[in-house]
Amino acid sequence: MSTSTRLAVLGAGHVGPVIARLAVNAGYPVAVAASGDPADIALVTELIIPGARPQWAADAVADADIVVLAIPLHRFADVDPGLLSGKLVVDAMNYWPASDGALDAFEDGASSEIVARRLAGSAVVKALNHIGYHELEDRARPPGAGDRRAAGVAGDDRAAVAVIAGMVDRLGYDPVCLGSLQAGRVLQPGGPVFGAVLSRAEFELAVREQTRSLA
Amino acid sequence: MTYTFGLDTFGDRNGDDAGLPLSHAQTIRNVIEEGVFAEQVGVDFFGIGEHHTDYFPMPAGDVVLAAIAARTEKIRLGSAVTVLSSDDPVRVFQRYSTLHAISGGRAEVILGRGSSIESFPLFGYDLADYEQLFEEKSALFAELLKGGPVTWAGKTRAPLLNQDVVPHTESGPFPAWIGVGGNPESVVRAARLGFSLMLAIIGGRPARFAAYSQLFRRALDKFGHPALPVGVHSPGHVAATDAQAKAEFWPRWRDMITQVAAERGFAIPTEKSFDWDTGPDGSLYVGSPETVARKIAANLRVLEATRFDLKYGMPGFTHDQLMTNIELYGRQVVPRVRELIG
Repeated sequence: MSTSTRLAVLGAGHVGPVIARLAVNAGYPVAVAASGDPADIALVTELIIPGARPQWAADAVADADIVVLAIPLHRFADVDPGLLSGKLVVDAMNYWPASDGALDAFEDGASSEIVARRLAGSAVVKALNHIGYHELEDRARPPGAGDRRAAGVAGDDRAAVAVIAGMVDRLGYDPVCLGSLQAGRVLQPGGPVFGAVLSRAEFELAVREQTRSLA
Repeated sequence: MTYTFGLDTFGDRNGDDAGLPLSHAQTIRNVIEEGVFAEQVGVDFFGIGEHHTDYFPMPAGDVVLAAIAARTEKIRLGSAVTVLSSDDPVRVFQRYSTLHAISGGRAEVILGRGSSIESFPLFGYDLADYEQLFEEKSALFAELLKGGPVTWAGKTRAPLLNQDVVPHTESGPFPAWIGVGGNPESVVRAARLGFSLMLAIIGGRPARFAAYSQLFRRALDKFGHPALPVGVHSPGHVAATDAQAKAEFWPRWRDMITQVAAERGFAIPTEKSFDWDTGPDGSLYVGSPETVARKIAANLRVLEATRFDLKYGMPGFTHDQLMTNIELYGRQVVPRVRELIG
């Protein structure tokens, strides 16, 4: 996709603004939405995500090519799947009971697969969930930088994975593509790369070792 | 500009010289000695963070602060933080207004979640309700601070109708802060409710919080509140030399973070990441008095903050090492920071 690819970031908490800022810096037009009136996040957007536009969620999504879900997972039930139908959706959320509490709907342990089932009309890609928001921005580097780190991109739709891999690359990380959401379980809390900031070689090794130990 | 400098502890369980853990009870008694000593070396504030674990056995910091209050005269005493969401705002207000009475007006409170989540299951709260709990309870706490009879209704506790809550403070509200870890919406909430802002910076580059400081000021303006201070809370350790401070802190930091990494999503520290975190761009204040003072001064400037609280200690430090840290912080670091920021 070209530089005119438009992003909508849903969520103005810990993670959403960091992803939105990286995207603005990478040249994407970015809209940001929280759960309510864009006026409520106008000041946050102006100072923390300069260059992004606060919008109602419905408007932000309608105009976007890529929608990034950066809301707490327990709020996902409030998202209307119809709104996201036909969109390329990045699931940056985590099911992380130790940190956020247990959710019955996610107890089977594969959060993005559950998200994808509910968003049947969207292409869901798991990405940008496994590097902490403290580090996501500090560690971003341009392509070719010696200390560039890797970020996982997992999905069942190959074309969608390729698009998001391109976006992750522009945001500052070496994309490591995983061929299914199921394979993307390694990116979850408790997985070998969650919370770790690794080079591509370290990342691939960690994923291979995990896959082997599960085999 | 008035700058203030504090020390915070989570009641990190002490070790003995052989590395064996001391009892919870002895650790608590040591914290009292540390608080008293902090005043003697000129520290302005001593804070105790609420935790409920074997390595941070410190669920009732206000009781410990009361013991320190009885033996001190000047130092301000407060929570760092109180996990308000899993507590009752009325009780928190009562405990800290009682501390305010005992100490002759030296109480403060920092409200937040901290990195503490164990209080939720302990007291029967659901972490999924965190936002609503904190929003409602911090709003009620802001009402309680005003000092008059309170009328309040919400979903997280019984309503109050024109309720007089005692003890009354003698001269207006005690200082109250909200601790924020990286959520800009929490910064706006602190401003909306008229709390001061404590930035908890425990990873990454402190400078990235400069925008939060600006956001806080702009939001205070928008909500019609007067200017309120911004503070910084970060971990660290001071010893005679950089090498000694790092050698003492590193194994304890590594073990602590490794232990909580899985549940908190922290990267497991390496010697390389530790070097970066303790270097000029990182958020750990580990080193000689000069190194730590320079870093504090630089970040207070960048963040337009007037308060710095060093979270000292880690599980396993001996009480003697902590006392040395406190002495160097109070007698050397703080005066040097004051000189540097002039």
